[in-house]
Amino acid sequence: MRHRSSVVFCLFGVALLGLAACGAGDTPSTTQPTTSTSATVTTLASPSTTGGKAPVTLTLLSHDSFAGAVTDETFAAFTAETGVEVRVLAAGDAGAMVNQAVLTKDNPIADVLFGIDDTFLSRGLDEGIFTPYRSRHLEAIPDELQLDPGGRVTPIDYGDVCLNYDLAAFGAGEIPPFNLEQLLNPEFAGMLVVEDPSTSSPGLAFLLATIASFGEDGWQQYWEQLIDNGAKVVPDWNTAYYSEFSRYGGDRPIVVSYATSPVAEFLFADPPVEAAPTAVITEGCYRQIEFAGILVGTEQRVAAGLLVDYLASPEFQSTIPITWFVLPANERAEIPAEFTRHTIFPAAPLAIDPATVAANRDRWIREWSEIVLP
Amino acid sequence: MKRGRWWMAVPPALFIGWFFLYPVGELLRLSLTQPWSGRLPGGVILFTLGQALASTVLTLLVALPLTAVLSNFDFPGRSAVRAVVTVPFVMPTMVVAAAFLSLGLPASIWTILLAHAFYNLAVVVRTVGTTWSRLDRLPYDSARVLGAGRFTAFRSITLPMLKPSLLAAAAIVFLFSFTSFGVVLVLGGLKYRTIEVEIYRLAVTFLDLPAAGALAIAQLLGVGLVMAVYARAQRGAPTQLVPEMSRLRRPGRRTGLVWAVVGVTLALEVTPLVALVRRSFQGNGAGWRFLAEAGTTAVTPAQAITNSLRFASITVVTALLLGGLAAWVIAGSGRRWSRYLDLTLMLPLGTSAVTVGLGFLVALDRPVDLRTSWLIVPIAHSLIAIPFVVRVTVPALRSIRAELMEAAAVLGASPRRAWRVVELPLVARSLAVGGGFAAAVSLGEFGASTFIARPATMTIPTLLFRLLGRPGSASYSGAMAMAVILMVVTAAVMLLADRGRVGEMGAF
Repeated sequence: MRHRSSVVFCLFGVALLGLAACGAGDTPSTTQPTTSTSATVTTLASPSTTGGKAPVTLTLLSHDSFAGAVTDETFAAFTAETGVEVRVLAAGDAGAMVNQAVLTKDNPIADVLFGIDDTFLSRGLDEGIFTPYRSRHLEAIPDELQLDPGGRVTPIDYGDVCLNYDLAAFGAGEIPPFNLEQLLNPEFAGMLVVEDPSTSSPGLAFLLATIASFGEDGWQQYWEQLIDNGAKVVPDWNTAYYSEFSRYGGDRPIVVSYATSPVAEFLFADPPVEAAPTAVITEGCYRQIEFAGILVGTEQRVAAGLLVDYLASPEFQSTIPITWFVLPANERAEIPAEFTRHTIFPAAPLAIDPATVAANRDRWIREWSEIVLP
Repeated sequence: MKRGRWWMAVPPALFIGWFFLYPVGELLRLSLTQPWSGRLPGGVILFTLGQALASTVLTLLVALPLTAVLSNFDFPGRSAVRAVVTVPFVMPTMVVAAAFLSLGLPASIWTILLAHAFYNLAVVVRTVGTTWSRLDRLPYDSARVLGAGRFTAFRSITLPMLKPSLLAAAAIVFLFSFTSFGVVLVLGGLKYRTIEVEIYRLAVTFLDLPAAGALAIAQLLGVGLVMAVYARAQRGAPTQLVPEMSRLRRPGRRTGLVWAVVGVTLALEVTPLVALVRRSFQGNGAGWRFLAEAGTTAVTPAQAITNSLRFASITVVTALLLGGLAAWVIAGSGRRWSRYLDLTLMLPLGTSAVTVGLGFLVALDRPVDLRTSWLIVPIAHSLIAIPFVVRVTVPALRSIRAELMEAAAVLGASPRRAWRVVELPLVARSLAVGGGFAAAVSLGEFGASTFIARPATMTIPTLLFRLLGRPGSASYSGAMAMAVILMVVTAAVMLLADRGRVGEMGAF
């Protein structure tokens, strides 16, 4: 009959809905054979399945870069030690993550927040989203990383935003620029691509580096000259790195990226290369530090403290370089040799204290736009 | 013709009320109670409206020749062309913008308009094309027999009959161009800011909620304006539709023209995609090797595909159910409040994803905390998909002659039987198109990209972004490979949707 197919279709749709509802709520590892690549997601086990006390599950709010590399192994050791499961939320980039935490501070969506960096630290602290906690690993973390004397956040990792250049673009006898002033030289005209500080974190870091270098009175003139020398500005790191950088077919051999980008270029090159194809300019780097903190209003204060401790522990910190391409804050963590072999880390990166950044960010970005935008 | 009971409007009204009006309202209330920062973001409004209008016109111009060909001629590969044309619609803007740049197009307003046409061609082809292919040929042929030239006959016969679906397509394309984010951000260089880009900067970079809220209100007013114009323009007798097969002809003499139109339009659509495919095979298939290796990505591509399909199927069912109910009520004439329901259901299409995402965060914690649940994703997708279903189904419903339903009643059919045996098959094709759009919206992750997502429920676009987020040629090629996977999955789903004939009747 003609209308039977419509009945079948409806039933099929309802069945799909039911299947999908069951399936999407489960973790992938329960519906497929366990593989080491399945991401770690654990839902709160109901008391009936555990036959007694429900295990504690902590929610960790982070940004896409962190959450995207989380696998079953990431917190397996932590769960084995403490019996606490960790559920990771990815909230976009660092700015979006902090804003979401601020907007939900009365009824937080997570217990621990990880990934707030120094440019957003003041916003987080001023809005009062963290409860103080002193990790026992703090003594192993250098003082210059501990930007919060109030103990509300714990430094977990740090990295540097640096100018990267394509080795292939500089032949024999051609010396690449070695500091910010050199970028103004005519022989490097039209070689630089930078990101917009209002839509890009490395872009903001580079702007802050120039402000730290040339001071409040000099940075505007520097940028005018930089633009006159043919620097190109694009909205985000992706466009700069994968569309404009000469390594990927663009025509700009100097780009604002990270100190660890050459290492990633080496490790993720296919076909494999013998040495990193790009290098960093160690002058004019800006330091970015990432922190973790316990969110106000969490119901699992003790477990959250354990998680922060784990994030700062040498055990976890040793996995940070290869997984997330930043450096561990804990001095006792091991950094793999291949990590340091393929790039040079700046000895004296620039930094501006978080409160100053918070107070002036708007004005600096506005002034920058007036100079740079046509 | 009065149709549908009032209670049919309740589920869609509840859905849009709870998952859109309440969150956005809460966010606006919150933003307006905060101290004013002094930022006045007014300049972007005119530019946004202008580029959206220009994009709509360009898209219609580019899409109509292909739509004409697909609606009038039956040629081998016709369904494949229809499926391929929908693939650009789901491609993530970052990837497409990069493809455009790699083809040497400069960042400028024309590139933005071109990219909008690239994306939204599918909307016109599927919306207008479905109606056009089911127009009765008789009036046109009669006019030609009576001496009217081809163009005169088209202008005075076909065009008025196409008006409802042309307007529906134009409204959707306008709203999509109005809220375009990635395309404007990357392809506009830094010169061009639209409301959407500004809301993102204000809300995310500066946490300036009052200014962002003011722009969000401007967006909502923009949608209201569009819908008012649309409603006014829609007045007129609805079009009568016939089964598709009676209109399609073999190209015959016109074969050359047909293939020329198909070729040129597909060239626009396919060239950027080909660039992506080539990129994924660079280095002897480095990208595919990268994906195939275990442990390189947080979820395997297979899991990402499964997640995408799961979310898509939930979205399709939700959108068809709620959108279908709403369309039934709206298509019945004589109810004032149904027009307000129609407008309200269209609002999400013209609202910034950032606004909706932040609204979810501030509002959806009581009585059940849905803020970090996986349900958020299909809910967000459905908010965009339901207006598609409504826009496509309402004209189809209105085109059903009242006499058919009355005849069924006279012959003894209960209203329910008449609905099932007469109405449903006639709008089945439109429902299939609406369902196809719902799947496309979900696969392309419209509107969910700024929401909180859990790594385990990573979909194809999300995995793509993760791979794009770090340096390394293998990861980049892997991201391109994910883009190719997305293309293939979408084309397959669209082909399936086009096959979905729900008991369509033969000649009657």
